[in-house]
Amino acid sequence: MIKFLLKGLIRDKSRSRLPVIVVVLGVMLTVLMHAYIKGFMGEAIEMNARFSYGHVKVMTRAYAENMNQTPNDMALLDAGNVLSDLENRFPEMEWAQRIQFGGLIDAPDENGETKSQGPAFGIGLDLLSEKTVEPERLNLINSIVRGKMPEKQGEVLISELFSGKLKVNPGDRITLIGSTMNGSMAIHNFIVAGTLSFGNELLDRGAVIADIEDVRLALDMSGATGEIIGFFRSGFYDNESALESAARFNSINSADSGEYVPVMQSLSQQGSMGQYVNMSDYWVNYIAFVFIIAMSLVLWNAGLLGGLRRYGEIGIRLAMGEGKGHVYRTLIYESVMIGIAGSVIGTFFGLFFAWLIQKYGIDISGLMKGSSIMMPSVIRAQITPSVYFLGFIPGLVSTVIGTMLSGIGIYKRQTARLFKELEA
Amino acid sequence: MKKKIIAIAWLTAICLAGMSQPDAEEILKKVEKNMSSDNRVFESSMTIRGNRTSRTITSRSFSVGNKKSFTEYLSPAREQGTKMLKLENQLWIYSPSTDRTIQISGHMLRQSVMGSDLSYEDMMDDRKLTDVYDAKVSGDELIDGRKTYILDLVAKVTDAAYHSRKMWIDTERFVPLKEELFARSGQLLKRTTLSDVKQIEGRWFPSTVVYKDILKQGEGTEFRITTIKFNQKIPEYIFTKAALKQ
Repeated sequence: MIKFLLKGLIRDKSRSRLPVIVVVLGVMLTVLMHAYIKGFMGEAIEMNARFSYGHVKVMTRAYAENMNQTPNDMALLDAGNVLSDLENRFPEMEWAQRIQFGGLIDAPDENGETKSQGPAFGIGLDLLSEKTVEPERLNLINSIVRGKMPEKQGEVLISELFSGKLKVNPGDRITLIGSTMNGSMAIHNFIVAGTLSFGNELLDRGAVIADIEDVRLALDMSGATGEIIGFFRSGFYDNESALESAARFNSINSADSGEYVPVMQSLSQQGSMGQYVNMSDYWVNYIAFVFIIAMSLVLWNAGLLGGLRRYGEIGIRLAMGEGKGHVYRTLIYESVMIGIAGSVIGTFFGLFFAWLIQKYGIDISGLMKGSSIMMPSVIRAQITPSVYFLGFIPGLVSTVIGTMLSGIGIYKRQTARLFKELEA
Repeated sequence: MKKKIIAIAWLTAICLAGMSQPDAEEILKKVEKNMSSDNRVFESSMTIRGNRTSRTITSRSFSVGNKKSFTEYLSPAREQGTKMLKLENQLWIYSPSTDRTIQISGHMLRQSVMGSDLSYEDMMDDRKLTDVYDAKVSGDELIDGRKTYILDLVAKVTDAAYHSRKMWIDTERFVPLKEELFARSGQLLKRTTLSDVKQIEGRWFPSTVVYKDILKQGEGTEFRITTIKFNQKIPEYIFTKAALKQ
């Protein structure tokens, strides 16, 4: 019978073409929107994690309480031992030492006098050791606009925009004027190895990337680090696992109330990121839900219209002696076929467009001017396993439910009045 | 008759009490006479007691009045050779490791000097107290067994670093033994205690000062003058930017 119904659908375009097109469009939009929202929200979280928060972060309790001020006077002093301990306890994570710092960058002229100055935000990370993955993690190599990656101590990267403001080029000397771990003034020279574009307004305004050993030297932080950040080896932030890891680590020192005891915080426990992570989960689900409901209503309506349009045909079939239950079931079988066909084609097109956005992205840098939070300038979709079946909810389920509801009318048809209706 | 005698005695007591409480401006002038000089050359050690570490920085300073000063840091190794030059309201710092001379201005003036409880702004405040503040004597108190006048000073200019101050002045030697500095809100910002008062070249001078920035963690900064000479011949080139690199 399925073969018979399938032939009927293929030969009678009015029964298949429009319903399939409607289902394809609905499913495609559902898949595309879900991947786009997931990508947008997830990318912002991962970007913040890579540059600043990590999936988890270990720092002293005093540092954690004033984290937005990057108080390096409260840094972890015995960073090497803390790092070894973390590597042993949490092998499922990759760990990296970071020092965030602020200060002024002063560019001298040929006489050594100040040519230009600007406030800078700096990150000290492992740029030069053999096994480092930090440049790759921050996509530094691909972000270089001019010059090259630092190859020896004393070389730094600065943002292309900042280099323009300071009027410095690769090879030029710049001076960091900041504050040492002890609070005294730090004055340290660096050579600009290259300039880079982060694709992020906040970083592009005045970022300096230096090797952590250089930063230690500049800020008098020998053997110390501001923070140790951890990343899940999967590469994706998992809030539940991060919270569990933080609770496990913090239970070790829970009896010690000292302000320099190391504590761990998940990304969602740092600053406003918790709100963002919650909002992200909430919005992805909420938007997906609203969209699925909207598409379901459209496809349900299409199912209803299809049933009503075939009012005459059903009357004839009943008049010819076909059972009401049989007619009802065939309509449902047909809607299942249309739903499957439309969902498969719609999911395919939805995934194709999502893949295009995932690969090439949509540049929204124009909208990010003046932003004070770290948001990606290029929005990319994220294809997750759920999008492979998500489209079937509106595509198949709604179409079938729509047909089932409209098909109830079959049982209300009175055989005695069928010929009268058909004459009309 | 008896009543008249009591009244006269009472009036006399009031007059004497008034006479024994000198004018606040007079007190400040006497303090400045002790604390200021045409010029001075001194060596000092500054011990900064933070929450986690304690560091001592030694330096040699030359100053002329309150307008010119030149300081060279002698130790520890990280700070050795760092020089600071103050001319009127301008301040430069020379860092030998970078061979750069940087002018400290704007918000950088609020930074701590070598991590101490003193800010560059504190160093720059070179006006006479009587020019910046209205003062009045508000009482007296014993500090370490020495009688002091308590002076309340309120800024009469808008650009004072601190809106008000409270000073405890030794009634005999006319040197401050304690000082508290307040913001306009009334919040206590810094506390200074001065001790080891010695007579040097005919003037009383405190050789140890402990600064405590109330808003900063740590136990404060102890500034101890190890040697001091007043009214020396200081070559004029010391107070030039060229001297920073020498």
